[in-house]
Amino acid sequence: MPAFPLVQIEETLSNDYLQNAVYTSTGRLIVKRKDLVSGAVLPEYQELRDQANRIKRHTIENLDYYLEQLESKVVERGGKVLWCRDGGEVVDFLVKLAAEKNTNLIVKSKSMVTEEFGMNERLAQHGLEPVETDLGEFIIQLAHEKPYHIVLPALHMTRYQVADLFTEKLGVEREEVIEKQTKIARAVLRQKFLHAGIGITGANFLVAESGAAVMATNEGNGRFTSTAPKVHVVIAGIEKLVPRAKDLATFLKLLARSATGQPLTVYTSFLSGPRRPNEIDGPEEFYLVLLDNGRTKLLADREKRQSLYCIRCGSCLNHCPVYRKIGGHNYPWVYSGPIGSIITPQYQGVMQSPWLPFASSLCGACAEVCPVKIEIPKLLLLLRSEVNKAKEKEHKNWLEHLIFRGWAWLMRHPKLFELGGMMGSAVLTAPESGGLIRNVLPFFRVGPLKAWIKERDLPPLPEKSFRQLWRERERTEKH
Amino acid sequence: MGRRVSLFVTCIVDELYPNVGVAMADVLERLGYEIDFPPAQTCCGQPAFNSGYRDEARTVARHFLNVFRDAECIVVPSGSCTSMITHHFQELFEKEPEWLELTRKVETRIWEFTKFLIEVAKVEDVGARLERVATFHDSCHALRTLGIKEGPRRLLSKVRGLELRELDPPEECCGFGGTFSVKMPEISGAMGRTKVDAIVRTGADLVIGLDASCLMQIQGSLSRAGHSISTMHIAEVLASR
Repeated sequence: MPAFPLVQIEETLSNDYLQNAVYTSTGRLIVKRKDLVSGAVLPEYQELRDQANRIKRHTIENLDYYLEQLESKVVERGGKVLWCRDGGEVVDFLVKLAAEKNTNLIVKSKSMVTEEFGMNERLAQHGLEPVETDLGEFIIQLAHEKPYHIVLPALHMTRYQVADLFTEKLGVEREEVIEKQTKIARAVLRQKFLHAGIGITGANFLVAESGAAVMATNEGNGRFTSTAPKVHVVIAGIEKLVPRAKDLATFLKLLARSATGQPLTVYTSFLSGPRRPNEIDGPEEFYLVLLDNGRTKLLADREKRQSLYCIRCGSCLNHCPVYRKIGGHNYPWVYSGPIGSIITPQYQGVMQSPWLPFASSLCGACAEVCPVKIEIPKLLLLLRSEVNKAKEKEHKNWLEHLIFRGWAWLMRHPKLFELGGMMGSAVLTAPESGGLIRNVLPFFRVGPLKAWIKERDLPPLPEKSFRQLWRERERTEKH
Repeated sequence: MGRRVSLFVTCIVDELYPNVGVAMADVLERLGYEIDFPPAQTCCGQPAFNSGYRDEARTVARHFLNVFRDAECIVVPSGSCTSMITHHFQELFEKEPEWLELTRKVETRIWEFTKFLIEVAKVEDVGARLERVATFHDSCHALRTLGIKEGPRRLLSKVRGLELRELDPPEECCGFGGTFSVKMPEISGAMGRTKVDAIVRTGADLVIGLDASCLMQIQGSLSRAGHSISTMHIAEVLASR
């Protein structure tokens, strides 16, 4: 049971540069999104969210039907469908495929699902060379880090750090201008695109009625990845489905606005099957890998299965005051922010990182901006009670539970509640209390009080409670 | 609706900020309401609910419902406690039809203080005067769960002598979050400091809020950072003469 990573979190909190980088870049996205979903620009925004929620709910509730429909359509178009239980099965398939195609170079566009099982590292262990072609992911891969953010993987890095990294890893002359850094990456990647035998992409949506994988990107690398190599492999979680192409009218309007504050991404690609006889480009072979990797476990939970509605826009991260403080690397898994806090415990088991659902002030900003209306705070609360129950089974947490039991008992006994308050206040506000607070209070500086004082001052304590004041007031009024 | 209102002052106001309760009673009395304070009241159960102890939360919620079962109109100086009752009691009593029915009855009669003034008492000018430059903190549950945004601003705009300056960025959590503030004080404290920075940028010397809990976090963070900016609950502002 990994403990709360306090040391790492305190390091992040005291890193002024990082704090500023995360707060300002997410802040910029907050402002951009807000403009684009405002009543003046998109009056139907709330309706779109309702619609998106309904479509996702319908799809997830009928996932078996739509998955089969999708499979038959992909096959109809000459593609092949693979069902994988976990990442290991995906790796096995890719290793075999690479051997068959006699290639070890694989280009890849951005995909969170492949991060779930550390695909790149595992392929490298088999002697393959997977290359990330999204600029942010390319940087992260060179740095051997995991994405800092679902949409902006290198959010935490400065151009100066990137300059160092490029010089060290690519052997180029140091370059601090972002446009020129992009050109360096482009030159490296161009060669990879031209020589790769396999291109791997993710999918933002899978359309059941047509068998298309839909990809929303900004850099053009996704198109290159899916068309240049002879073999195109789409890897997607089974929850990525939408029933009809026309549902995309809803989702595409929401996705880019929520993610990056753009009306649409620069490219929206519909990828369905290999090149057909009369087409001049496109891959010779098309595979769709449908990955479970724990999703069916989520599906089994009636209350929490709405977590599968997520379209990975990252908006909840941008708006989360906790993510904006602790950043992306203090979360235990690849998904950070509020969405990470609800899906990680469900994929990995609540006892894997029991602190995670508690890392929230429950401010609700995440749910307010979620384009598919996942009730994130509600799920966090459910997970908190699941964590407590799991801890109890392991005979942990008994003290806290005892305290809450005692507290609940006290709350049913108003007279004792009042007495407790009076005693506390008598001690702390007595005339000689200056001395008392200084001398006695330190002994009580344990638990919650100690935690409060660590960061904030205590409020001045009143001499009388409201109920005492009220009784006195009623007495005077009667006279 | 009668002219009698029952106060649920919340445990934090009862024990730590009694003047907020007194101020709320003063404002309501001046508007002609007869005030009732059921002395058996304690807490809404939110601390246990938010900490993942649903059985304990249910125990306290039942006590609350018993105390207020016959109240015609309940007014609360907190968006957070109000939202606990109106939005989470149902979840707690999903499998207990009797308590669910009582919840449904009580939750239609419960009002956050400013929402009560605007929507029930239908008043904006309560005759208050306060010569200060202030900023207003939207508490998250009032804002996002109860949809309270304009009401408090309308009430404050009628306070003579008060200049209100908006926070930028608006609508950010102060970092309190109930037990979160003591379970993860480092993160909560960092959020508090960001709030303090935003408050200082407004140039105001007073922060007004709807929830004593947020104000405790904000005041504690302000004072820890060495600022002399003070905090007031909106009831205290509206009771000022």
